[in-house]
Amino acid sequence: MLHAILSDKTVRLTALALLALAAAGLMLPAWVVDNMMFGLARGAAVLGLLVLWRTGLMSFGHGLYFGLGAYAVALSEHWLGLSDFALRILAAMLVAVVAGFALGFILRRYRDIFFAMLSLAFSMVLYGILVKTEALGSTDGFSVSQTTFLGWAPEGKQVLFSAIIAVCLALAVLVQMYLRSTLGRLTTAIRDNEIRVEYLGYSVARAIHIKYVISAALAGAAGGMMAMALGQVDPDSMVYWTVSGELVFITIMAGPGSVLAPFIGAIIFEFLRTYAFEIAPHAWQLIVGGTLLLIIFFLPGGIWSLLERIPFIRRLRHD
Amino acid sequence: MQLLFTILLDGLVYASYLFIVAAGLTIIFGVMKILNVAHGGFYAWGAYTAAYFIGAASEMGLPDWFAFLIIAGSALAVGIVLGLLIERIVLRRLYDHEEILIVLATFGVFLILEDLILLIFGVNPYFAYQPMVALGSVEMGGIFRDVYSLTLFGVALLVAAGSWWMLTRTRWGKLITAVIHDREMALIVGINVRRLFVVTFCAGAVLGALGGAYIAPTVSVAPGFAVDVIVLSFAVVVIGGMGSIPGALIGALLVGLLRALAVHKLPELELFVIFLVMSAVLIVRPEGLFAPAKARKI
Repeated sequence: MLHAILSDKTVRLTALALLALAAAGLMLPAWVVDNMMFGLARGAAVLGLLVLWRTGLMSFGHGLYFGLGAYAVALSEHWLGLSDFALRILAAMLVAVVAGFALGFILRRYRDIFFAMLSLAFSMVLYGILVKTEALGSTDGFSVSQTTFLGWAPEGKQVLFSAIIAVCLALAVLVQMYLRSTLGRLTTAIRDNEIRVEYLGYSVARAIHIKYVISAALAGAAGGMMAMALGQVDPDSMVYWTVSGELVFITIMAGPGSVLAPFIGAIIFEFLRTYAFEIAPHAWQLIVGGTLLLIIFFLPGGIWSLLERIPFIRRLRHD
Repeated sequence: MQLLFTILLDGLVYASYLFIVAAGLTIIFGVMKILNVAHGGFYAWGAYTAAYFIGAASEMGLPDWFAFLIIAGSALAVGIVLGLLIERIVLRRLYDHEEILIVLATFGVFLILEDLILLIFGVNPYFAYQPMVALGSVEMGGIFRDVYSLTLFGVALLVAAGSWWMLTRTRWGKLITAVIHDREMALIVGINVRRLFVVTFCAGAVLGALGGAYIAPTVSVAPGFAVDVIVLSFAVVVIGGMGSIPGALIGALLVGLLRALAVHKLPELELFVIFLVMSAVLIVRPEGLFAPAKARKI
């Protein structure tokens, strides 16, 4: 098993890229590190959407799990006083997995636009609850205090940054292993022809349900990391449909080619947004929207398909 | 009793404007199978154009009834111009792509339309209350209500009757019905489906813009005010059945009345109720409550 992981070239490349990023973090200015953390956090949620998108399913409501993860971090501090990194991540993933498992029984029956719309409706139900409930912070949300590591409260953001990188690496490796397993390889088969998959003796509904729970767990972890990086959770920046829209946007921009793509795409998105906002404060949505259209028209494989022009990366596909 | 009446009135007013917007969305979905997120952009553009020209007209000292001409004119102009441009530049390239990608493309268009508004109209809110003031208010069963919002019923009924007449009594309507039922068969019998798409998209866009233009005098038209409308009209369309005008009517009534009830009785449940109903409908009848029966294709 360990050998299989270490010999996977995508895993090696991802590990190399993320370790380089962690090292670079020691030298980069604080705002760049902040942006990288937001990018990595969002990247984990996009990785979750990638798992679904490879089957042709797209959720317009992953803000649901992103928000659940973020609120799990905020509320576990508010109610239980938790501030430990590992416990926060676990809480975020646990809440998302439980919700994803329950809703999965319903969602696994739907495809295409209905799957997307029902996810959207579920996420807006959570938004409606959060916005109007005082005990859950209402529209103001909560602030999230500094994250500790086994009781140690480090100065600056470098340690949190490295910890987030470690979590992202672990998630990427696990997803890569899943995609290479039999269950994961059903992904493409289900997209191409569900009936044939059933004839092969696999349950399509079950495969999609598992996929959905994995994707919810990833988005939950992502929301948790976002809450820690941002130090603040509120319904509009964690659950509203525009949050889900951004995640879908990054998925398309990054392309479904590799587990590394979501992180690259999300970091680029974060900087695109920062710069677009700085250069043209009233036109950053225009730049983002225009980019989306151009990618849909001219680059259906996303940014990853550009990277695949490099022979060494192209070979990963057949690995 | 009075509260009940207020709820009913509020609900109907809200339902009327939701119906106008959602009718445009549902007709586009029915014919083109495109879930058009950019619809919110049409709505915002209609509102801004109307608010701007109503303000300008009142400064020039034109009579107040002129505002109604401006509302109709803005809706037509915005809908046709934006509809033609977006169909030509964006949608035409994507007709053979996956549905989800087309939805995303319209999301991109929505973002662009939002920022074009900021660039052209600026960030300050617009107020165009003149027609509302001109019509005054009226007492009904012990409560006061501005006449302007009551005229919304008329407009909504006009849209409902007009689209019913269009779809069932005209040649265009028959062609559209044929395409809704079976696009491929329609192509085979010689219907120019592409041209029908253009007409439908523009008609839908005009309705979206009309919703915005008509609501403009009753609200402050500020950046980002269309974001809510998108998901609400999605909810209406999904509840009623995607692609069905009577469905949109029922959906709008349901959502409008539920929202008014929630606002007056349990304000904390407002959005929650609407999307709970939407989820419930999708779970029980994913095609919507009043979706027409379809022949199963193999």
